[in-house]
Amino acid sequence: MAYETIIGLEVHAQLKTRAKIFCSCSTEFGGPPNGHTCPVCLGMPGVLPVLNREVVNFVLKTGLALHCRINPFSRFARKNYFYPDLPKGYQISQYEHPLCEAGFLHIDLDGEQKRIGITRIHMEEDAGKNIHGEGSEPFSYVDLNRTGVPLMEIVSEPDMRSPREAAAYMRKLRTIVRYLDVCDGNMEQGSLRCDANVSLRRVGESAFGVRTELKNMNSFKHVEKALDYEVRRQARILDEGGSTVQETRLWDAERGVTVSMRGKEEAHDYRYFPDPDLVPLHVDAAWIDEIRATLPELPDEKMARFMTAYGLPRYDAEVLTVSRELSDYFEACNSVAQAPKVVSNWIMGDLLRECKGEDEALAQCPVNPDMLARMIQMIEQGTISGKIAKTVFGEMVKTGKTPEVIVKEKNLVQVTDEGTIAELVDRVIADHPEQVVQYRDGKEKVFGFLVGQVMKASRGKANPAVVNKLLKERL
Amino acid sequence: MKITGKEVAYVAHLARLALSDEEIEQFTGQLDAILAYVDKLNELDTEDVEPTAHVIPMGNVVREDAVDTGLPIEEVLANAPGTQDRFFRVPRII
Amino acid sequence: MDLFRWTIQEASAAFREGRCIPAELMASVNSRIEAVEDKIHAYVSVAGDAAVQQAASLSAGNEASPLWGVPIALKDNLATRGMRTTCSSKILESFCPPYDATVVSRLRGAGALFSGKTNLDEFAMGSSTETSYKGTTRNPWDLTRIPGGSSGGSAAAVAADACVAALGSDTGGSIRQPAAHCGIVGLKPTYGRVSRFGLVAFASSLEQIGPLTKDVTDAAILLKAIAGHDHRDSTSVNVPVPDYPSLLNGDVQDMRIGVPQEYLQVGVQREVREAIRNALDLLGAAGASIREISLPHTDYAVSTYYILATAEASSNLARYDGVKYGYRAEPVEDLLDMYRRSRAEGFGPEVKRRIMLGTYALSSGYYDAYYRKAQQVRTLIMRDFEAAFDVCDVLLAPTCPTTAFRIGEKVNDPLQMYLSDIYTISVNLAGIPGISIPCGFDGQGLPIGLQILGKHFDEATVLNAAYAYEQRTDWHGQRPAL
Repeated sequence: MAYETIIGLEVHAQLKTRAKIFCSCSTEFGGPPNGHTCPVCLGMPGVLPVLNREVVNFVLKTGLALHCRINPFSRFARKNYFYPDLPKGYQISQYEHPLCEAGFLHIDLDGEQKRIGITRIHMEEDAGKNIHGEGSEPFSYVDLNRTGVPLMEIVSEPDMRSPREAAAYMRKLRTIVRYLDVCDGNMEQGSLRCDANVSLRRVGESAFGVRTELKNMNSFKHVEKALDYEVRRQARILDEGGSTVQETRLWDAERGVTVSMRGKEEAHDYRYFPDPDLVPLHVDAAWIDEIRATLPELPDEKMARFMTAYGLPRYDAEVLTVSRELSDYFEACNSVAQAPKVVSNWIMGDLLRECKGEDEALAQCPVNPDMLARMIQMIEQGTISGKIAKTVFGEMVKTGKTPEVIVKEKNLVQVTDEGTIAELVDRVIADHPEQVVQYRDGKEKVFGFLVGQVMKASRGKANPAVVNKLLKERL
Repeated sequence: MKITGKEVAYVAHLARLALSDEEIEQFTGQLDAILAYVDKLNELDTEDVEPTAHVIPMGNVVREDAVDTGLPIEEVLANAPGTQDRFFRVPRII
Repeated sequence: MDLFRWTIQEASAAFREGRCIPAELMASVNSRIEAVEDKIHAYVSVAGDAAVQQAASLSAGNEASPLWGVPIALKDNLATRGMRTTCSSKILESFCPPYDATVVSRLRGAGALFSGKTNLDEFAMGSSTETSYKGTTRNPWDLTRIPGGSSGGSAAAVAADACVAALGSDTGGSIRQPAAHCGIVGLKPTYGRVSRFGLVAFASSLEQIGPLTKDVTDAAILLKAIAGHDHRDSTSVNVPVPDYPSLLNGDVQDMRIGVPQEYLQVGVQREVREAIRNALDLLGAAGASIREISLPHTDYAVSTYYILATAEASSNLARYDGVKYGYRAEPVEDLLDMYRRSRAEGFGPEVKRRIMLGTYALSSGYYDAYYRKAQQVRTLIMRDFEAAFDVCDVLLAPTCPTTAFRIGEKVNDPLQMYLSDIYTISVNLAGIPGISIPCGFDGQGLPIGLQILGKHFDEATVLNAAYAYEQRTDWHGQRPAL
């Protein structure tokens, strides 16, 4: 049976404010347990929340970047449930009047662009952390440092049709919130979390099937894997004539399966109502304009510019604009080197391999854009060969020395002197009579072998163009 | 009947209140009487009436994004019925 | 002379003139507490000698403050740093907050002293203090009767001269009703006038902290001290606070006083109705113009209130779960058992009843029928008052339909208990200010309260109307024989 996969995502992004959403405690990660708490986030009797303005600004930024409608009237609601990491017995969230609604973003897959709808973005407070005792210990331990750290929940439309699309959506969202500098996007540390609603329907049907909610996918890889598993699981049930049930399932990364939470879970009856301790938000045009003015160039715009302004292929432009840091690196490097495609090749190849694609590693990489640019200039000017450049790059990473110093110290300057190279060419021709005969008989491939032998004899320093020329002349 | 014993038991669970059968019975009777009284609200047509959540029209009460030092850990835990090291201790969750 | 009988103004004048020092007054109040507390049980905890020592060490820096050195009693739902704050509940019996309520820090700043924490209905849920885990407070005028509630301890303490003045909180009449039953002055300010930070929440959208005092001038002094914007309470309103005491002149010439006809109908005790009529005659004779007005949705106020207040309460009281503070049942089987039993054993029946009602009203499928409906009717009730204040400066009504009832009389009939708040509840729903002042006694010698209501943030006019009445009568000077 052929099915269509329907996926919608609910993403929680931790906002990079200094203080918590409703009190002035630090949001810093990794403090001593319960060290970033106060009567307000501890939910002590009689205390009251006061909203951190920056949280609104960050969510507005995101809303504008995702083409949302900004609601002129918005307010907070209480979501009531009991859990030890929720000190007030309710989470302050938004329900009926979220700050942002009806937006979208574009994902790119296999060169095709697809628009994914954003249902809403709202503000809420994070819960604390429960740590479970080891083995059979009958206790759990509660750390409330994370309680009250601001979150925005971004809810998508059920617009994704495959796990790959869902993963692409997550990556795009991460790129955008990082561009906006409102969230660090770290899934492993939990600053970006994702729940998915997944259902299947027969191709051609218009009604949605029964969906399951999938939780606990804490990396991009796992989002795709978990969804793949879940899609197969549901398809198998439907193939066997069964029906799926509406439930929450946890992704078990170790076993690579999703597991039902049925039984462990409460019937959801959160008793939302407007929080009487907080007053409504009225976001007017002036406030929106103020935030709009702070928006950076966003990934889609930047990608388009990289293609037109630098003549880069779409693929290059997409890779280079995946983060602000990387695109800044490219532009800084190219402003010196003035060779966009060469710069792009070096960044997408050696540099990203070196940094394993991580922006933190990029920031700390000893090869700064200027160094890479000057190295590229040395290639363009024929001072070093492309092959030698690989060595130079490796040395720059290892030692942090400039390309000029490395080339000088290691004596890597390219040999272009025809006399010197001619000697090597003559020797190689003399040493390989068989191959020379083969070449002259029309075996063109042998030419490459002979070039290689000359290069080897020069220990890689001979200018390949000169080698080619002289070898051709003599053969 | 406005409310049944079963509903009262469900609500008691939502509210995390352990109630005995007698209490459930008693609350069912009392809540039923109160709800019957409250029913008089339905005499009013409120179709076009805006609900009031705040009596004083206000908005945009915000603070700056500035950090204060929190409470010393001794004060955080001083009133807790169960603690260990710097944590609140509760019966095992899972 | 019995110093403890002083008002704030009298104490302050005595200090200023060097006739007395704060430690003497504090000691006098303490001895009075010792003498009457067995009979009335107004306090949950008393400061005792510690307060006298504190009085002795008061810095002279703010002698200009009218509250400097004055012993004030605090309702035990106001957070006091280092002093237990129990809400008269088992669940908070040992809770000691690491912070002061904003009103408490303001009073400290003004040089006030605290005689102790007063009894209340558990979490302020009640009209009689009978739901207190700490036992019932008795009405100083008749020890077999309730003092009113929920600020019954504060009202009884003031009436019995067991403090100079007190603070209470008013969610549905909890300052005004006990003030009426105890023959003293009680003021509920406009919603947002006084910071709620540190007031242990019962129903956040309805409640305000306010003064309970021996006369109107003291109420004006105390209100001035606690009112004003607080950045820690998002619902506190940033409007100027008038100098209330200096605005009291007793002049009601041309003041437009409205009398809501719905407040004098069936169910009102004959003597209460007469006392109100007399008050109207008196103010009319003093130059005020009196007119009947209508608050057509009065009949719906109790229903509206008990949906909204209990819904908010069900959420506000979720934090008492035995994890961070408060009572925890032990031993328990598991987490769920800990929650259910800690809360079942920690809360009394009235609190549980309200949590149940509020949880039900918010639960899936009922929100629109109950909560939203009540919020809509709240709008109608507010509009009633807006219309009334288009043609009136203040409204005048009884505070309660009857004088204080007997202890135990309504304890098993929650609905009857709720209905006794019928004249005070609308004021909280509309967020307007209201004061209760003594206006006579019934045949059994029980005090009757007169309620004066004003426009949002117009406490000055409310106080002045009350002052005008007080100037022309001597009810406020009467004290129970104890």
